[in-house]
Amino acid sequence: MSGTFVGMPAFPDAAREALGDTQLRRNLAHATRTIRDKRARVVAEVEDWEELRLAGAAVKEAALRDLATHLETLEASLTAAGATVHWARDAEEACAIVASVTKAHGVDEVVKVKSMATAEIGLNEALEAEGIAAWETDLAELIVQLGDDLPSHILVPAIHRNRAEVREIFLRRMGAVGRPAPDDLTDEPAVLAAAAREHLREKFLRATVAVSGANFAVADTGTLVVVESEGNGRMCLTLPEVLISVVGIEKVVATWADLDPLLRLLPRSSTGERMNPYTSTWSGVTPGDGPQEVHVVLLDNGRTRALADDVGRQALRCIRCSACLNVCPVYERVGGHAYGSVYPGPIGAILNPLLHGVADEQTASLPYASSLCGACFEVCPVRIDIPSVLVDQRAAVVDSHRGDRVPKPEAVAMRAAAWTFSDARRLRLAERASGLAGRVLGRFSRTTLPGGRAATGRLPGPGAGWTGARDLPAPPEESFREWWDRTDGGRS
Amino acid sequence: MSARDDILRRVREALDGVSPAVAVPSAPRAPGRGDLADLFAERVADYRAIVTRCAAEEVERVVRDVLGPARAVVPPSLGLDVPGAVVDEGLTADELDVCDAVVTRARVGIAETGTIVLDHTDDQGRRAISLVPDLHVCVVDESQVVADVPDAIALLDPARPLTWVSGPSATSDIELDRVEGVHGPRTLHVVLVDPQL
Ligand code: SF4
Repeated sequence: MSGTFVGMPAFPDAAREALGDTQLRRNLAHATRTIRDKRARVVAEVEDWEELRLAGAAVKEAALRDLATHLETLEASLTAAGATVHWARDAEEACAIVASVTKAHGVDEVVKVKSMATAEIGLNEALEAEGIAAWETDLAELIVQLGDDLPSHILVPAIHRNRAEVREIFLRRMGAVGRPAPDDLTDEPAVLAAAAREHLREKFLRATVAVSGANFAVADTGTLVVVESEGNGRMCLTLPEVLISVVGIEKVVATWADLDPLLRLLPRSSTGERMNPYTSTWSGVTPGDGPQEVHVVLLDNGRTRALADDVGRQALRCIRCSACLNVCPVYERVGGHAYGSVYPGPIGAILNPLLHGVADEQTASLPYASSLCGACFEVCPVRIDIPSVLVDQRAAVVDSHRGDRVPKPEAVAMRAAAWTFSDARRLRLAERASGLAGRVLGRFSRTTLPGGRAATGRLPGPGAGWTGARDLPAPPEESFREWWDRTDGGRS
Repeated sequence: MSARDDILRRVREALDGVSPAVAVPSAPRAPGRGDLADLFAERVADYRAIVTRCAAEEVERVVRDVLGPARAVVPPSLGLDVPGAVVDEGLTADELDVCDAVVTRARVGIAETGTIVLDHTDDQGRRAISLVPDLHVCVVDESQVVADVPDAIALLDPARPLTWVSGPSATSDIELDRVEGVHGPRTLHVVLVDPQL
């Protein structure tokens, strides 16, 4: 019942459409500003934040660099604690495992804890095709699912919806899938949250099977960790008889003590709180308490591809806090849908190409969805240098076109520029031509940049793609070398 | 080749020639912020949880006052007399759903973050009993309060299921406006016991 990102247009087209939606821009500007301020306040409270970041980054990096060992340890400790461990190379294998465990219990529904991994593999759609209904229980995920919508943020998937829209979705759709919203529903967030509580409670109380992800998986103890706010996670992890957790292989940390920097970094970076309301940890099966049948699906789905990339490997440190989305000037304006993936924003712009390669046009457009301002790196709790990975992925996109029979216009332009710059005489001629163009453009341009310099509007022909969203300053009428000759280096 | 062996092979190939040695600096500690119990009480209250501080001999009276006429469930060995409470001996989710309140102890309290951690041993009970009822009364001894997250991690046994609770259930999913009370207990009342009082 929820939508899919398949067939999304490339970023520039999707962004243009999003920018035209003023309601969306207002919702996003309000939400991102609120959460940025909250984060800044609680981060400022920690004197040694930078050292904490260094420790968090190192813990994750160390786990990744010896991943095979830790995965084998994790498997052994989980098995010893009574869990069943499955391995899935890709989305299809992971979905098939979840479907077959669910069917073995003869049920046609599961309750779900919000999980990026299950969104990434399209689990809900896969289960639906098998006749199994997957109920999202996180409030924002519920809004997205009932609204037949797509997530647009890692932490708050319905960040693009305001309270009036949420009320309308609840009134229209809740009744079709369970307990309807009360007729006197207002658009107060507290009233809307209460409606979600009533709607979902019957599903929690009757569920046999729950599906979750995990924020962390501790190798030496076989412990999974889920960090949440609402208590829907606790409901799913505690009440059903069977629990299936889909865990990306990059979620592993080596030891129980390694959780320390991460559990301090995540809530402050994510929701801007000292600690999130609920964190649950469990190691396999506890007799007499909680699910008595516990499955863990270890998921690759492109992660080993990213792991092999010396520059991009650091993206696997990501703890999905979403701080980089909230500070990104591009994300704030276009929102999450334009990225065409469950991972939007700066992290999505590097993670999607790293996981899947840049063969298709949509993914190949993502590394360019950035001004490289560096705000994402500054806030990232595990110090992922997103701008460097973006630049490296742009190179990967260019490399992937080296063999093209018809080169891209940028490639032609770059080749021409290299030819011109490599010879002094050619450069002088080019500068003269550009000075002439500057005189002409300066006369006809309708835009003036700050500082008084003239700029062109949209150029015709191959330059249109570049100038469609940018002002191109008119070239100076005199080049530096001409000025130097004329004034003897400024002396005359 | 099985999926397991295939994935492990891909991981090894991806890391071929990559040194596994990474220097992991120890995470910094929060500086001393004075009396731990005071800080804990203040930070728990910051989440809009209710905090009552009392002497050991007053605990039963305080808990009775907090509960009022509420139908309460208690774990097998709470170590407190709660008149009229149902002792959990494997109640079903539906049976718990008609209880208004639960009274438990905790394993540790974390001052810096205002967090209580339950390890669900017999003075706290199964995870379900502190989840389904709408009011959670949690009795914490001042001696259980530690400074920060690393101190708690060192004390806790990961083989136990653990629940870290920081305030009542909450959501910010609608316009990032924080609302207390979604699926977990909508009211958290921490009774902080001072043995010296
Ligand atoms: S890349 Fe860093 S800032 Fe962005 S979501 Fe991941 S951990 Fe958070």
